[in-house]
Amino acid sequence: METEIKLRVDGQEREVTVDTRTTVLDALRERLGITSPKKGCDHGQCGSCTVLLDGRRATTCLALAVAHDGAEIVTAEGLGTDGELHPVQQAFVDHDALQCGYCTPGQVCSAVGVLREAAQGWPSVVTEVGAEGDIAPARLDHEEIAERMSGNLCRCGAYVNIVPAVAAAAEAEGAGR
Amino acid sequence: MTSTSETSGSGRAVGADLERADARAKVAGQAPYAFEHPVENPCYAHAVLSSVPRGRITSVDTGAACREDGVITVLTYENAERLASTDDAELAILQEPEVAFHGQIVGAVIAETPEAARHAASLVRITYATEPHESELKPDENELYRPDSANGGADTDSMLGDLDAAMEAAAADPEAVALDETYVTAMTHCNPMEPHATIAVWQGDELTLYDSSQSVHGHRDTLAEVFGIDRGRVHMICPYVGGGFGSKGEPHAHAVLAALTARAVPGRPVKLALTRQQMFTLVGYRTPTYQRVRLAAGADGRLTGIGMDAVEQTSRIKEFAEQSANPTRTMYAAEHRRTTHRLAHLDVPVPSWMRAPGECPGMFGPEVAMDELAERLGMDPVELRIRNDAPVAPETGKPFSSRNLVACLNEGARRFGWHGRDPRPGVRRDGRWLVGTGVASSAYPVNRVPGSVAAVQYVGEGRYRVDIGAADLGTGAWTVLAQIAADRLDVPLDAVELRIGDTALPKATVAGGSSGTAMWGSAIVAAARTFRERHGNDPSPGDHAQAETPGNPHAERFAMHAFGAQFVEVRVDADTGEIRVPRLLGVFAAGRIINPRTARSQLVGGMTMGLSMALHEETVTDPRYGLLVNHDLANYHVTANADVRSIEAHWIDEDDPYVNPLGIKGIGEIGITGTAAAVVNAVRHATGVRVREVPVMLDKVLNGMS
Amino acid sequence: MKPFRYERATDAEHAVATVAAHPGAAFLGAGTNLVDHLKLGITAPDLLVDVSRLPLDEVAETADGGLRVGANVRNADLAAHPAVRARYPVLSQALLSGASGQLRNLATTGGNLLQRTRCAYFQDPSTPCNKRDPGTGCAALEGWTRYHAILGASSHCVAVHPSDMAVAMAALDAVVVTLGPDGERRIPVTDFHRLPGDAPHRDTVLRHGELITAVELPGLPWATRSRYRKVRDRASYAFALVSVAVALDLEDDGRTVREARIALGGIAHKPWRAERAEQALRGLPATEENCRTAADAETADAHPLRDNAFKIPLVRNTLAAVVRDLVPETPSGSLEGAR
Repeated sequence: METEIKLRVDGQEREVTVDTRTTVLDALRERLGITSPKKGCDHGQCGSCTVLLDGRRATTCLALAVAHDGAEIVTAEGLGTDGELHPVQQAFVDHDALQCGYCTPGQVCSAVGVLREAAQGWPSVVTEVGAEGDIAPARLDHEEIAERMSGNLCRCGAYVNIVPAVAAAAEAEGAGR
Repeated sequence: MTSTSETSGSGRAVGADLERADARAKVAGQAPYAFEHPVENPCYAHAVLSSVPRGRITSVDTGAACREDGVITVLTYENAERLASTDDAELAILQEPEVAFHGQIVGAVIAETPEAARHAASLVRITYATEPHESELKPDENELYRPDSANGGADTDSMLGDLDAAMEAAAADPEAVALDETYVTAMTHCNPMEPHATIAVWQGDELTLYDSSQSVHGHRDTLAEVFGIDRGRVHMICPYVGGGFGSKGEPHAHAVLAALTARAVPGRPVKLALTRQQMFTLVGYRTPTYQRVRLAAGADGRLTGIGMDAVEQTSRIKEFAEQSANPTRTMYAAEHRRTTHRLAHLDVPVPSWMRAPGECPGMFGPEVAMDELAERLGMDPVELRIRNDAPVAPETGKPFSSRNLVACLNEGARRFGWHGRDPRPGVRRDGRWLVGTGVASSAYPVNRVPGSVAAVQYVGEGRYRVDIGAADLGTGAWTVLAQIAADRLDVPLDAVELRIGDTALPKATVAGGSSGTAMWGSAIVAAARTFRERHGNDPSPGDHAQAETPGNPHAERFAMHAFGAQFVEVRVDADTGEIRVPRLLGVFAAGRIINPRTARSQLVGGMTMGLSMALHEETVTDPRYGLLVNHDLANYHVTANADVRSIEAHWIDEDDPYVNPLGIKGIGEIGITGTAAAVVNAVRHATGVRVREVPVMLDKVLNGMS
Repeated sequence: MKPFRYERATDAEHAVATVAAHPGAAFLGAGTNLVDHLKLGITAPDLLVDVSRLPLDEVAETADGGLRVGANVRNADLAAHPAVRARYPVLSQALLSGASGQLRNLATTGGNLLQRTRCAYFQDPSTPCNKRDPGTGCAALEGWTRYHAILGASSHCVAVHPSDMAVAMAALDAVVVTLGPDGERRIPVTDFHRLPGDAPHRDTVLRHGELITAVELPGLPWATRSRYRKVRDRASYAFALVSVAVALDLEDDGRTVREARIALGGIAHKPWRAERAEQALRGLPATEENCRTAADAETADAHPLRDNAFKIPLVRNTLAAVVRDLVPETPSGSLEGAR
């Protein structure tokens, strides 16, 4: 059953006809030709399809496109500005935080989401249970970053470079605040 | 970052720490993988897989599928075209009603949308007459046979001296040790993040394929043979590969299926991607192994006998003989030796290449056995390995072109802080954690694969085009081949325009066996030399030259191998048995390193996958159904970010003039060898529990601790 | 995935009426589990009623000092909510133990409760499964059972419930608020999920067309001393082998248990409220030994399968470890030798 939806993708208004069965991921990849979000498992088990959906990192393979009519989506392709890489992307390049590159756009979007979540003071499961209701920005040490980035599998084994890349981006962002 | 100072000069690109050439495109998601190449008006194919492990199709009902909106056609063995060659039974799909394993391709739906294709595939009704099947490797129950050879032409068996006598003598001597244990490695799957996918289009009798491949020329040749057409009529394009690890080293059945389905819609591209679940039965896997390891040693730790008997599985329709006894033939000196490979023919998917085939599983049992031997001798396991270093190749007597295992062990021990280690198992505690350390050796042969050709063309304005149909699976080929070309042409790196991943380019051998950079690089070296000889240093636009990877005059004289040593710290939760690996450190002697940045990533990546093998990876067979039960990434675990802490890869400067003109040994696979043994050895040191199988999961430790 | 119609609900009553009137209809929340099942062919509704935009996304204070959590509150938001972190740390930790950051940003409170088992056989339509296809048998019973039940299972089904959040909610005596064709129902979360018995296709007591609108967390001041521990095969992003949720109310001596709330995950068809263990601990010092005895009381009737007998010692040790974390002054003398 086909239906027309609107999405704002990487800053551009897009109208697209989808099957009610079409996921956001397939709408982007197969119907709009936006292939920066990757399909790795199609079941929320790898994180390769992560984008920023209405400002938050989200997997797109389990989200039905029709349910996200009107959504604002930023993919890895749209993170940068004026031809410059986003600081998280630049940090990935600088730290060689990738090999085959297939999980990378999802890693990058996830990392941008992690920085936003940490800035809002969101805890992770490894965050020390501390001051009740204390909502200071979360400190992103190795353990925190690794836990928060664990929804993005990397089969090439770039984790040891991904964590410092995210840490560097976090530090740069903190310095800029 | 690519800095001008590093690249503007010449003769300095090789060895420079340079940014990955494709990094910017990849972080922005702009590097196109197989399924992402824009094509006009595509349709979609979805595979139908068998639901029984052995039998014969008795009826096919495609009615409901064909009635589905958007369905173009349904293919089964009843209506698919006959292939020109069915010699390779893995690829001979939809030719006959026989089913050889659960999850074999028995049909396909072609439809206008991926949603329609997938749904219609679920509507294809196939009934089977099932036959008794055997799908689980059980060495005591399966009928085992002796293959003619193991992979890569390796001898099936080897025998020197009298191992049985050496074992008996050691058993009879109260000072000596005779160790005889069996070790088990699990069935594992490559699971690259990019699923296997193909876009195929026929124009007349010309076939164009966008495929995820470690060897565009190799895949092309195979598919041309299957379809009985001239190689020149098959064009394969693959500039980027989202990981392969061996699973994309040969074409698998889905590539044939893509081309078959595309025949049904001439002129129209067909897109076919396997689901993650389908990948478990269709693109190969590493066989489980049972390894009987025997070691005989005197009180001084010197080995008098070494034995390795490997039992593995293969598919009834196609043999794949994982060469797991291979590393035992090279690692340590001993007078009496015996290695064997035995296989069971099972009704299972076809096993295939997975990172360091043979060497990776084959370094597990023996390297755990060495740890057990050290413990029984009361000797440090690093020292035991040093004492048994082989001065020449133990089975052939050939000298090594270079062998720096001892240097790796010593340097690793120094960097890791091994010295002064308390050998007692199960006595260190830090809060809730039991702490231990372990070591194992790594090794990987220097493989030669002849037949790569590189072309160099001057395009004007100081720029050179370098063409070779090589593949970059994340290995860094885009980066390091340009570095080699720049130096050998004596031009700045940014003067080189490299093109790879296309059969329109000169033929390249497979990105496999850790041979890519050496083989392709040697072809580029030869082509650059030919170019300069022919056109001098002031060429005209259009001048070109090409050359093939030359033969190696030293190949028969020397044994050629890379070596390494890996050190591990593990922490085991005293309550739950959860295992964490805070530190993993490897030192490798692998010839010349072209780019330390990409090289380090690759070595660390191999070690990470080794860690994953040690702790997580196991494909579970349900022998009742011939089913690989845990066939997705939620149930088949690979390391996640939180499983990894510090992983360091270092190397020893090694100048080996014999391996090839570049002095390259290859680094893609050695990192995964030995890791699992080192982890298991450290678990023993931490907990006192000796586990002889991987993956080592918390219950195996918990049972021993409680 | 069978073609289906899609309707976006604008009010809850209408959504309930629509689904109730239509046997092939289902509610769609974020879809993080439903879309899984649509792709795998486990379920095939012909109408999805999208309730994800209904205004059920508030976390509000209740009169008894508890919280009312709207069914559409995202797992990530609930985990990060200051009141949850401060007053129900066990719930925040349970939520953060589940799935991944990008899934928690989508998944809802109601949807999390309605997650279905991750039993590998359930998810593979080529095998028999009474939960997926009633009457076909249970492939897991004599199959791969590392992730399966040791308590409360039947010969019809040995699957476990996968939620972490629900385990914490079971310990907290949360109440599920639903809206059905006949109006509102309040169902204790411990009664919300079913044991399989001979009808494992029914995960919960919900009726067709009944919609979760909220979960109420009762006021429980001593839940500030609570904790969730998930033991799994990966350090993150994996389902539980065993998980333990504990809230402790201690006497003034700081070590004697006045009251305990204990729930277990990964071991049964539902979040397992461990009342026997609670009973065993009540009035005793929170020592390791007492915890182990309490855990053993809970698992006394366990029926381990081929691959999961280790869950019995794992429950025992994990419960002891969690209590040790909650009562740091526990004399360490009981630590050694008890294993």
